[in-house]
Amino acid sequence: MNWKLARKAPKLAARAQIIQKIREFFSNRGYLEVDTPVLIPAPAPESYINAVAAGDLYLQTSPELCMKRLLAAGFPKLFQICHCWRTGERGSRHLPEFTMLEWYRRDSDYSDLMAETTELLSYIAVSLSANGVVSYNNLKVDLSGSPETISVRDAFDKYTGTTMEKALVDDEFDLLMTDLIEPRLGNERPTIIFDYPSEKAALSRLKADDSSVAERFELYLAGMEIANAFSELTDPDTQRERFMKEIAYRKKINAGIYPMPEPFLGELAEMPPAAGIALGIDRLVMFFTGSETIDEVVAFTPEEL
Amino acid sequence: MYTVADLKKGLKITLDGDPYIVIAFDFAKPGKGQALYRTKMRNMITGSILDRTYRSGETFDPASLEDRKMQFLYKEDDHFVFMDNQNYEQYRMSEEAVGDAKHYLIDNLPVDLLLFSDKAIAVDVPNFVNLRVVQTDPWVKGDTSGSDSKPATVETGYVLRVPPFIEEGELIVIDTRTGDYSTRVKG
Repeated sequence: MNWKLARKAPKLAARAQIIQKIREFFSNRGYLEVDTPVLIPAPAPESYINAVAAGDLYLQTSPELCMKRLLAAGFPKLFQICHCWRTGERGSRHLPEFTMLEWYRRDSDYSDLMAETTELLSYIAVSLSANGVVSYNNLKVDLSGSPETISVRDAFDKYTGTTMEKALVDDEFDLLMTDLIEPRLGNERPTIIFDYPSEKAALSRLKADDSSVAERFELYLAGMEIANAFSELTDPDTQRERFMKEIAYRKKINAGIYPMPEPFLGELAEMPPAAGIALGIDRLVMFFTGSETIDEVVAFTPEEL
Repeated sequence: MYTVADLKKGLKITLDGDPYIVIAFDFAKPGKGQALYRTKMRNMITGSILDRTYRSGETFDPASLEDRKMQFLYKEDDHFVFMDNQNYEQYRMSEEAVGDAKHYLIDNLPVDLLLFSDKAIAVDVPNFVNLRVVQTDPWVKGDTSGSDSKPATVETGYVLRVPPFIEEGELIVIDTRTGDYSTRVKG
């Protein structure tokens, strides 16, 4: 008998319950659950996300592009729970194969998703613990009320000895975010950290009244990054330029180069204004089950196969 | 040369001229950002702990460490003197560097000495060492205090808890990994 595996029963049961609650939440709200292919010819080019090659194709790093093509074809509200693969990502909060929840809604922006994500968390929290307060790592995080919101710029001012702009110039943005900012987020209630610098816009649109930042937010619980959301960029020319830039950077750092996702770029012009978000299910389960490592919330880690 | 891909618990590297051992390691990656490698390292000479976060592309020099079979010769003031069994070279270590191993160092004890740039920085004693009890109170028969152990001093001056039946002059086995009494040497 594999006792280590047998002992995971309560956490795997909690995991199943959380996923069931997520499905319930979205189906109650009229979202359509979709299931797009995991084997794709062209993952979105992003500086630091590396895809697993499978023959001539790749395993998806996210279902984002397929889901946006569905939006462009007129589907108004979509969600998907699927596996994603990113090579080289292994740590206490990372698995190279992990489970992602993504959802997209038409005629919405990132502020609608801030509200909806908060509602999703409290929906799950209330179903697991009556008062919506979750204990994690000696913290008590209250999911029943409104989240803390702080802009990336303010977070650098508050928690680091430098500014967001200077951190970018000095190439210290990610380092300071990891070492000084992240541990301070989401410790009493969820934290939404928003308006990322335009350099980190990825597939989000820039803010109309301040093009130095993008309409992008991340949600943190107990110092742990849980979700990343955008007001989606719908301009194919800008999106192509950004992809070219990412590809050029990937060439510079000797990372793998994928074909340009042409069908996506071709249909992006037809995509209505929309907002989308990706949420890591494994980490959400870690949080709700008080697990210190991601290994505790999956039946098997890659090392155990 | 090591890269960040080699980082793991137990890796020994040279940093600012000192040998360090990685005692904790984790992979981190802030939202869509670059991969970061957080490490906690212990200076193998001073014992101080250092937190460092590294990025992809950074490299490390291995710590050139060498384990040598030696034996403990004698203590001189606050230094311990060891001799290499192969070439009879002698190495000195301060009491501080020897650490807890000093409790078990009796003449001729075989040890592993860890050398960094030909300087002894750590001593590894056998897991079990026999030491003679030089002082312990006699066991009073019919003692009803309920105590199941008593203090004893061994020949190195180390004091530990032993079962009540151990008497002065007896040879006992100590588990050096925990510092605890293990058993009595029979005969």
